[in-house]
Amino acid sequence: MSRELQIVLAGFGGQGVLFAGKVMAYAGLIENRELSWLPSYGPEMRGGTANCSVTLSDEPIGSPLVTTPDVLVAMNQPSFDKFIDVVREGGVVIADTDMVPELKEREGVKVVGVPATSLAEGAGLKGLGNIVLLGKLWAETQFCERATVDAAIEKCVPPRKAALIDKNKQAIGLGIEA
Amino acid sequence: MKGNEALAESAMRAGCRFFFGYPITPQTELAAYMSKRMPKVGGTYLQAESEVAAINMVYGAAAAGARVMTSSSSPGVSLKGEGVSYMAGADLPGVIINIQRGGPGLGGIQPSQSDYWQATRALGHGDFHIVVYAPSTVQEMADLAYSAFDVADKYRTPVMILGDGMLGQMMEPVVLPEPIDPATLPEKPWATTGHAHQRPHNVINSLYLTADELEKLNFERYERYAVIERDEQRAETYLTEDADVVVVAFGAASRVARSAVNAARERGVKAGLLRPVTLWPFPKRALEETIPTAKAYLSVEMNMGQMVDDVRLAVSGRAPVDFYGRTGGVIPTPDEVLERICALSEKVGE
Repeated sequence: MSRELQIVLAGFGGQGVLFAGKVMAYAGLIENRELSWLPSYGPEMRGGTANCSVTLSDEPIGSPLVTTPDVLVAMNQPSFDKFIDVVREGGVVIADTDMVPELKEREGVKVVGVPATSLAEGAGLKGLGNIVLLGKLWAETQFCERATVDAAIEKCVPPRKAALIDKNKQAIGLGIEA
Repeated sequence: MKGNEALAESAMRAGCRFFFGYPITPQTELAAYMSKRMPKVGGTYLQAESEVAAINMVYGAAAAGARVMTSSSSPGVSLKGEGVSYMAGADLPGVIINIQRGGPGLGGIQPSQSDYWQATRALGHGDFHIVVYAPSTVQEMADLAYSAFDVADKYRTPVMILGDGMLGQMMEPVVLPEPIDPATLPEKPWATTGHAHQRPHNVINSLYLTADELEKLNFERYERYAVIERDEQRAETYLTEDADVVVVAFGAASRVARSAVNAARERGVKAGLLRPVTLWPFPKRALEETIPTAKAYLSVEMNMGQMVDDVRLAVSGRAPVDFYGRTGGVIPTPDEVLERICALSEKVGE
């Protein structure tokens, strides 16, 4: 059986779910794995819900649209409510408890709450709640080598925002320890 | 890279130096990428005032012998149909990209395959075909765009890449092809490049008022189409050798179908996948090879059932042909397709 991990990251547009997904995709690229990254696009991007499907695999990937994720990262309540019931048995849900006040337990699924938004703000990393959750996601799944996460961040942060690379790396560490 | 960007970069590497377009979701990244990169390779990017203008600019650049491309999404491609017919009538090579969205009308902006008929049957008026490629990965978006220019030049015909919103928007790893210097490409002796009093005028035209003359030209063109049908059919088969149920799917739907075929095999159901890479010419030969073993066919599409016509024509009543599809921008899930495969397998197994 091949090692395949299907992830859905969902939240409000602007919270950085697409970016967090992109970091995962680049981690797969760096480790020479099969990967796909599929964003939602269109009107829902503006203030509504945004989400992306990421698949990391050792085999060619079939449908890039993840309908039954192994891991759900939820950055707001509507996203949590929308996807909680389709998470695969034995899967993991990582939710920002600052944005998802009503965590629902589900049998056979591990629900992990992290106050990512306030943790990030408290550490002077305002706006990097998405990356804190990504750190937690790594801690739960080890979807790649630890060093690869940092390397992927270096690839994803555009050169004109290079100053943010270290902050993103800090946010990963914060999430892992959370 | 996103599929749209990979396609754009690859087209420039194939020597495309002219791009004329008009923005439309979910194709826009393609044009945006072109606008950034084209000036750096010494080419021309131009946002036309409309799709109709864009395709006529393509006609002009193609007539002058350049490698030229335009891209749009479904409603915009409809507008380009007239110009493509004129290109076919004037035997002009060019590459047209359709990153499909749901229709009819303005429809929606989510991925769809509902322009199959338009692409393979009637993009414009008149007796003509265009070659249509259907990529299913970001890598193939790049590879097929690259080879599309060669095919267009070789047969002097418009070539279409029929993608969809999913392939355009998604990111996957991609290895880009080697850049070609347009100066090294074979000369086009028919192009209107200026005769400098050294040769007779070259004329690019699609108006022939004498019926006999027009018929002769159409006959000649159809001889070329016969060669294309013989030499350019392309398809990929996956686990079809012993398959009872052969799923036929192209583009994004083939990705879903492949997942479903794998799941069916895990359940002990002998399923396989035939994936047309060329939609016109339809890969009849690859389908013919599955006839001796296949007990049934299932066409899976992101529309109400269009390619299934070609599957039925190729199967010619020798096995049942079923259809499953979602429409309007809804993407079928592997589980839905799996259910249909299993049901069909049970039906023909009796």
